[in-house]
Amino acid sequence: MPELPSTRPPPRLRARWQMLERDRVWDFLIEKPTRDELLAADHGYILYLEDVTVSFDGFKALDALTLYVEIGELRCVIGPNGAGKTTMMDVITGKTRPDIGAAFYGQRLDLTRLSEPEIAALGIGRKFQKPTVFENHTAFENLELAMSADKRVWPTLKARLKGDERDRIDATLATIGLIDHGDQRAGTLSHGQKQWLEIGMLLMQNPLVLLVDEPVAGMTRRESELTAELLTRLAGDHSVIVVEHDMEFVRSIAKRVTVLHEGRVLCEGPFDSVQDDERVREVYLGVDA
Amino acid sequence: MLMARLLNHERGGWILLAVLGVLAVVVPVANLAVPPDSVFHVSTYTVTLLGKYLCYAMLAVALDLVWGYCGILSLGHGAFFALGGYAMGMYLMRQIGDRGVYGHPELPDFMVFLNWDALPWYWYGFDQFWFAMIMVALVPGLLAFVFGWLAFRSRVTGVYLSIMTQALTYALMLAFFRNEMGFGGNNGLTDFKDILGASLQADSTRAVLFVVSALALALAYLFCRLVVTSKLGRVMTAMRDAEDRTRFIGYRVERFQLAVFTASAVLAGIAGALYVPQVGIINPSEFQPLNSIELVVWVAVGGRGTLYGAALGAAVVNYAKTVLTGTLPEVWLFALGALFVLVTLVLPKGIVGLWRRRQQSRRDLAHA
Repeated sequence: MPELPSTRPPPRLRARWQMLERDRVWDFLIEKPTRDELLAADHGYILYLEDVTVSFDGFKALDALTLYVEIGELRCVIGPNGAGKTTMMDVITGKTRPDIGAAFYGQRLDLTRLSEPEIAALGIGRKFQKPTVFENHTAFENLELAMSADKRVWPTLKARLKGDERDRIDATLATIGLIDHGDQRAGTLSHGQKQWLEIGMLLMQNPLVLLVDEPVAGMTRRESELTAELLTRLAGDHSVIVVEHDMEFVRSIAKRVTVLHEGRVLCEGPFDSVQDDERVREVYLGVDA
Repeated sequence: MLMARLLNHERGGWILLAVLGVLAVVVPVANLAVPPDSVFHVSTYTVTLLGKYLCYAMLAVALDLVWGYCGILSLGHGAFFALGGYAMGMYLMRQIGDRGVYGHPELPDFMVFLNWDALPWYWYGFDQFWFAMIMVALVPGLLAFVFGWLAFRSRVTGVYLSIMTQALTYALMLAFFRNEMGFGGNNGLTDFKDILGASLQADSTRAVLFVVSALALALAYLFCRLVVTSKLGRVMTAMRDAEDRTRFIGYRVERFQLAVFTASAVLAGIAGALYVPQVGIINPSEFQPLNSIELVVWVAVGGRGTLYGAALGAAVVNYAKTVLTGTLPEVWLFALGALFVLVTLVLPKGIVGLWRRRQQSRRDLAHA
């Protein structure tokens, strides 16, 4: 369970002081809400983007974008360059603030008011296009570093791997297909393996939502297939949003595809219907589709 | 559990600890118990010289912790060393009592010379050994904390941080050169008589200081080794290799940098405090930017990111310096410069890296 952002710090002194105030319920007696309570995602949706507009110097990167993502869904977002795919991810992870519009994570958490680390701690993990793993650490150590834990200095110094944590790391290594490479230096892994390791690092943080940016760029055919399998397996337990150019890959995983164009949703639906859509063909004219 | 981790060393670490253990026993015995005309006698001059190397080695280990593992190239670690030295020097000054040239019961000679009539407030307490020892750690630690807090919070890293640390040590040098600062101006603090009641000129005191330096270096090495083999150590190297990535998976990088930088400064301060009673003087030239750069050369020559390599580099370069400045003093600075260029070009991982490569190729040959 990641640290939840609390509006009031709970130092021990404060708790003692409050004991003197007999006419109220003391803060420390109120249980901290769990992530699920904070999210209140019981309507089946995990992400709500409504009329989100982001402009840079007059250029509208997102233009009243509206997008809903279901719990456990595997969603592909495609679109030509400059369609606003990356900006959309930036809004979700708190890197960019929308000028207008609402971005909610569950029903209660307003993404426009949370900081980047807070959003990450609440379970939105993002995998960047370029794989950045810690090259001088082994695959196992990479996952250990990413594991959700108390990440302050002193607890980190004292931290020892417990049996169940070791099991969790091994389980994740198995999920991403690197169980035989746990002791290998990440720098010596293949490009595809690095990408999986990075997805594994996201998984170690107990995410509910995974944002994956161009996962198969530069991968061999075999590696793409394995990645498709991996992402399909992850959906269900997690909501996965994949941004990808490779249509072959999108076809192999997508149940639902959203096409962005000029900062708006052009169309949305199952892959085949999207592929047959007139407007999509027009936008993608000249692009491999 | 802790025991097992304390015994987790690479071969180089074992060699360092073994050498220190042997030195700590053999050198004092050969100095005190072996008659001066024997070939096995070690002169007091040599004991002091070796003790000085040990302090330098400890300083190098401290720098390696921040540079080799965190990637923070501090070009001002000499300042923390000198501040620790000054704290020790102030204690030693107060121990002189009325035996100074002017015979003033309380004021050190330079204050009498400046016509001061009372001890400045910041000299209070330094007649107590325990107080001085706290200051040895506290003053460099506090400076590093404040400096690091400002720098790392604003995400100043890389070459900018290096330049700022140079400026820091240079500014301190200028400040300490001023008589009004009350630290003896350009003469610094010297003419020490005794430490904890034992005469600094006595062979036995020198021997004890040597043993304490060897122990301190061993402890500093063990401490740093514990840190770098912990999860904190893995976070440190992760920060060094991919700072943004480390921040992104939830570590407050600036806090880790600050903690390690401060710890390293404290170690440097302790090394300085052990250095001053052995060389008998501390003056503002210890703050010279060049000193801090030389220190970086030691670590680079030995091999950064190994701890024991830093200690080795400090010993090797300083031995070369002792020999060269003795025989060809005008050549030393050129030699130092050439050494740095050579190491950067030919031995990016220092002596330890060269040794490892030879081991590796021998192993490969054995397999072939």
